[in-house]
Amino acid sequence: MALNLGDLSPAALRRQLARGLDLRTGPFRFLIRCHSEEVARGLVMLYPDFPLCESGFRDYHIRVDKVSGPRRWFRPQCNFWHDSHAPFKPLPANHAFPLLEWGMNWCIAGHAQHYLMLHAAVLERHGRAVILPGDPGAGKSTLTAALSLSGWRLLSDEITLIDRDDGLVVPLARPISLKNQSIDVVRAAFPHAVIGDIARDTHKGTVAHLRPPSESVARMHEKARAAHIVFPRWRADAVARLTRHSKADAFIHAATHGFNYSLLGRLGFELNAALIDRCDCWDFEYSRLEDALAVFENLVT
Amino acid sequence: MKPVCDALLLALREPDAMAGFDAETWDRVVRQARVAGLLGRLGALASSFSGRLPKAVWRHLEAALTLAEQQRRAVHWELRQLGHALQRTEGPVVLLKGAAYAAADLPPAAGRIFTDIDLLVPRTQLGATEAALMLDGWITSPHDAYDLRYYREWMHELPPMQHIRRRTWLDVHHNILPETARRKTRPALILAASIPLPEFPRFSIPEPADQVLHSATHLFHEGEWRHGLRDLVDLDALLRAYGGDPDFWPHLLARAETLNLGRPLYYALRYARRLLRTPIPVNLEAACPEQPGHLATALLDALFLPAFASAHAECRTWFSGPATFALFVRSHWLRMPAHLLIPHLLRKTFKAGDA
Repeated sequence: MALNLGDLSPAALRRQLARGLDLRTGPFRFLIRCHSEEVARGLVMLYPDFPLCESGFRDYHIRVDKVSGPRRWFRPQCNFWHDSHAPFKPLPANHAFPLLEWGMNWCIAGHAQHYLMLHAAVLERHGRAVILPGDPGAGKSTLTAALSLSGWRLLSDEITLIDRDDGLVVPLARPISLKNQSIDVVRAAFPHAVIGDIARDTHKGTVAHLRPPSESVARMHEKARAAHIVFPRWRADAVARLTRHSKADAFIHAATHGFNYSLLGRLGFELNAALIDRCDCWDFEYSRLEDALAVFENLVT
Repeated sequence: MKPVCDALLLALREPDAMAGFDAETWDRVVRQARVAGLLGRLGALASSFSGRLPKAVWRHLEAALTLAEQQRRAVHWELRQLGHALQRTEGPVVLLKGAAYAAADLPPAAGRIFTDIDLLVPRTQLGATEAALMLDGWITSPHDAYDLRYYREWMHELPPMQHIRRRTWLDVHHNILPETARRKTRPALILAASIPLPEFPRFSIPEPADQVLHSATHLFHEGEWRHGLRDLVDLDALLRAYGGDPDFWPHLLARAETLNLGRPLYYALRYARRLLRTPIPVNLEAACPEQPGHLATALLDALFLPAFASAHAECRTWFSGPATFALFVRSHWLRMPAHLLIPHLLRKTFKAGDA
């Protein structure tokens, strides 16, 4: 019987974290070592449905812990290690959980060249995936959160993975990162949403993570076919409205906002072209979440 | 070397063995290979039987191969740009190590990653080369007056240059050993024997024996051991490729004598044979133009063997730290006479303390 993270007692979770918690998210296995209470609490709150594994091959061995030296005690700092390499500058110790999330993103974005990786959220409904590239501040994460809390299957919030073998979208199903006002917006619209600890004054402002729906996690091995690419933009008082977005522009956007488009060379071009060919591309303006949800429902029925 | 590191060496020696590795072994090997800069190499070695590896493992090897392929494309492109920039300088421009392997598609190129481009030009052309590069947008990273003196008077290269837009790093050498080094070689002979590359008209590569000798000299004279095993794998690939020709070995020995590089060749042969089982004719080390005594050999074994394994934490023993430190000191000892070395190291120590 496979164990989920939420099945562990608090003591068992902390024991496992101390020697290495073997967590699966989509196609990746992370061995997470950590002594931070913030991280333990974040994992319990946001990852309870994620399956645990034991021994075998792990994609990334990572660690989040307090730094050694004076900053372990005086205004304590923590850092992230991939194997024995620390790619970031240390952060205040109470930012340990967002640091873990960013570290996991870094592992995937920096190493998983087996996929075409776009900087976009992706969700699926009725078998049709919708990709949401979004410049910072465009309201992408708020929309992603609202959709995932309204029956859409969350595949990913930050990194859209396209399988190089079949062109399908590969889910990660990890928590959604909410920033600044969007934390309150989501909380007000969905009072039952489970949102983890709030980290203030990070380089992205105030950050909190939203627990992914259990069903999305349970189906994290199910790839999806992309049907739409939607560029969202929140604007005060805008009427929710889709307009056609040029495919050529969508191609360039995906290429320049990808994590590894040019690294993949010809394959990157071919995967990107096939993706854009297959999808309808839209600009989407909205102000009210409930209108946005209705428009998206129409898009996939 | 600790048994925990044997699997990586086994994979490099007998790639077929990878098909039999279990998941726990892979969990170590992939991490060790990544740190050692050899993940792409494993990918290249396993590409003909990738179906027999666990899927999750092959994903990592294929990703590393993809990265290596991108770097190969980038280097080819960069060499075309550099070729234009150096159109008007005179004499050969010889590519060294990674750039040479990539440009001529030599055996070590498969799956190899690297960080900069190394060039060798005649000493007389150094000023003209630097000027031509500066006009093309290559700038020397900021150094203080001491650092500039270190490079320009004592070392065998210009301070590293970076292209202002493309961010590529370039090392321009006029010798393969520092000016102040105890060992003297004859770079003019390497330049004279270099082989022009038809595909990159301004560039040439060292002749095969010189490729081996330069790679060996670089490996056993540098204090930087993070890529020690990777460099030994390069040597292994070169020796396997050229060693099939029976005339190669006597030529290699003769060339080592001419260039006064017998000692680094001896080490290359010894450790390639020992760690990677490179097929080297029996007793070739005994025929090397210059060999260390028994005591020196034992001492260097004790230092080099842990150093080759030192990249990954799991392979380190209590002795790895002292061993790599001793090799760091040795590399400086070989590089400069004591009256320059001691003030230099003191200065570096105190500067590191300031930072």
